Amino acid sequence: MTAAVRVTDATGTSDHPGAARSDTLRAEGVVLGYDGLRVIDGLDLTLPPGKITAIVGPNACGKSTLLRGLARLHPLDGGRVMLGDEDVSRMARRDLARRVGMLPQSSIAPDGVRVAELVARGRYPHQGWFGRHSSDDDAVVLAALESTGVGDLADRPVQELSGGQRQRVWIAMVLAQQTDVVLLDEPTTFLDVRHQLDLLDLLTELNRTRGTTVAMVLHELNLAARYADHLVVMSAGKIVAEGNPNEVLTSEVVLSAFDLRAQVVPDPVSGSPLVVPVGRFHSA
Amino acid sequence: MANDLMTTYAVAAGSAVRHLRAARRRRLVLVLAACAVLLVALATLALSLGAASLPPGRALTALLGVGEAKDVFIVHRLRLPRVAAAVVVGACFGLAGALFQSTLRNPLASPDILGIASGASLGAVWALLVAGVTGLAVAGAAFAGALLVAVAIWFFAWRRGLHSIRFVLVGVGFAYLCSSLLAWLLSNAEERVAQSALLWTVGSVSDIRGEELALLAVVAAVLALAVSLLARTQGPLALGDDNARALGVHVDAARVGSLLLAVGLVAIATSFAGPVAFVALVAPAIARRLLSDGGAALLASAGVGAVLVLTADLVGQHAVLGVSAPVGIVTGIVGAPYLLWLLATNERKSRA
Repeated sequence: MTAAVRVTDATGTSDHPGAARSDTLRAEGVVLGYDGLRVIDGLDLTLPPGKITAIVGPNACGKSTLLRGLARLHPLDGGRVMLGDEDVSRMARRDLARRVGMLPQSSIAPDGVRVAELVARGRYPHQGWFGRHSSDDDAVVLAALESTGVGDLADRPVQELSGGQRQRVWIAMVLAQQTDVVLLDEPTTFLDVRHQLDLLDLLTELNRTRGTTVAMVLHELNLAARYADHLVVMSAGKIVAEGNPNEVLTSEVVLSAFDLRAQVVPDPVSGSPLVVPVGRFHSA
Repeated sequence: MANDLMTTYAVAAGSAVRHLRAARRRRLVLVLAACAVLLVALATLALSLGAASLPPGRALTALLGVGEAKDVFIVHRLRLPRVAAAVVVGACFGLAGALFQSTLRNPLASPDILGIASGASLGAVWALLVAGVTGLAVAGAAFAGALLVAVAIWFFAWRRGLHSIRFVLVGVGFAYLCSSLLAWLLSNAEERVAQSALLWTVGSVSDIRGEELALLAVVAAVLALAVSLLARTQGPLALGDDNARALGVHVDAARVGSLLLAVGLVAIATSFAGPVAFVALVAPAIARRLLSDGGAALLASAGVGAVLVLTADLVGQHAVLGVSAPVGIVTGIVGAPYLLWLLATNERKSRA
């Protein structure tokens, strides 16, 4: 049994108004770096529309930088990012923000801001010059709160919430942005196992019910293998392997990407590949 | 299906979300109304009190231009300009402080601490002592001083974008630099001249009238109008650069624009009134606390700033505390303990 997630082809899930125009986000020969240091030098990647893509790789392999480059949070030193047939760097910022949402790593809520107010900021790209909220905005915000399970917390200050609740609130904000593509940079960091699963289940639900294209950087290999339709393994700024997790996540790939000896066995729950690292001690 | 869901939510949106938004708006209106009422009361008091004390009723009729010529003269020529100046200067400092604090995401960021106010003092004192000019030229020099310091901070703080913490630290450095230069200029000056120049190191609204007042008010109004166009970006900006970018804000442009306007407001206010201490630091903090919605509280900060400066000027002018003093001294006496308290509570929070 495989973990093949049965998502209707994105073009077929047009009962969601936003999903009718399902855009493919694609990096073509992108070059990304910091102050002259090249982290990624000519990388191609297509995020399959309507699917969940997980990007994994060792620390400092450039996976977060790549995601930031895709979302136009990081300037490209070369190549281009295409959304459908449009060059992202030439799009109006607002138009891009209506179509691609991004949750950066460890966002911090300002002092005193309440849940509903924070989520409402996701409506920014949809609002006019003076940012007046309409009742449509209210409905979208409410729907985002409900679908992330934080409807009851609407009037609570964000800072008073637990880590898991807070992360849901941020995701609700990105949902309120109503984009077809949602990018998340390590959304499960700082969450315990239970909350990691909750969060990934939530993203899967969004993907299945709305046809949202999801791409996220994850640290936890086994969860990535279970939840991703498309797994991208990176190392030193390059893609080592990508595709169906069952085919991609082999002990050879883990060794070459992470420099880690590991056995890969079927996950008894989902059937997806389960990486069991070897290490220096404890071998049977 | 999702559409149905939306409609269901829209109907049910007599909901928490709409209630919250309505509550926030009510609170803002309440705070602004309270500021307005306070300002009217304080202004009436300020127009009545003085060497020739007028009962409030007579002061108000004189304000309308009726009544005894002497009353009308006192109210229109002597007292009203000072009240108006206090209100405009206070609003400028309050608004500027709110912009600095929300744009740099630092509750300590204010023109006093960033050295922009000391830049204005330095400019004015230099004009008086070294260039030997008087009148509007001094105000011009103060304006130039504030801008110059802001540009210098910018120059040193910019590295592939504007980083808040570097901006604040470089600003603190410039504040020290400016006060050293200021002390040096004053210590080298002739005593009599130094005395008049010294006034530029504390804020005062007592001598702003006529053309100066009109210029101050017009420039402040234009800047405030420009701020209202940028106000919308403050919500996303407060979430951090990455989040703001992801929401479609041109972060560098919005930040540069906000800071330019904040510097402009401080520069115009200090160039006429001198550095009225701590108002830009304290007013936004009070305003944010009153609204407590996690927003930048721009409008409320302007209101609170106006109330603070008008109150402080009344207190200083009429020696309520036993001695009469320029407004900047009074705000300093009130503001310094607040700053200490802010530092102490921030410290506790970061340790918790």
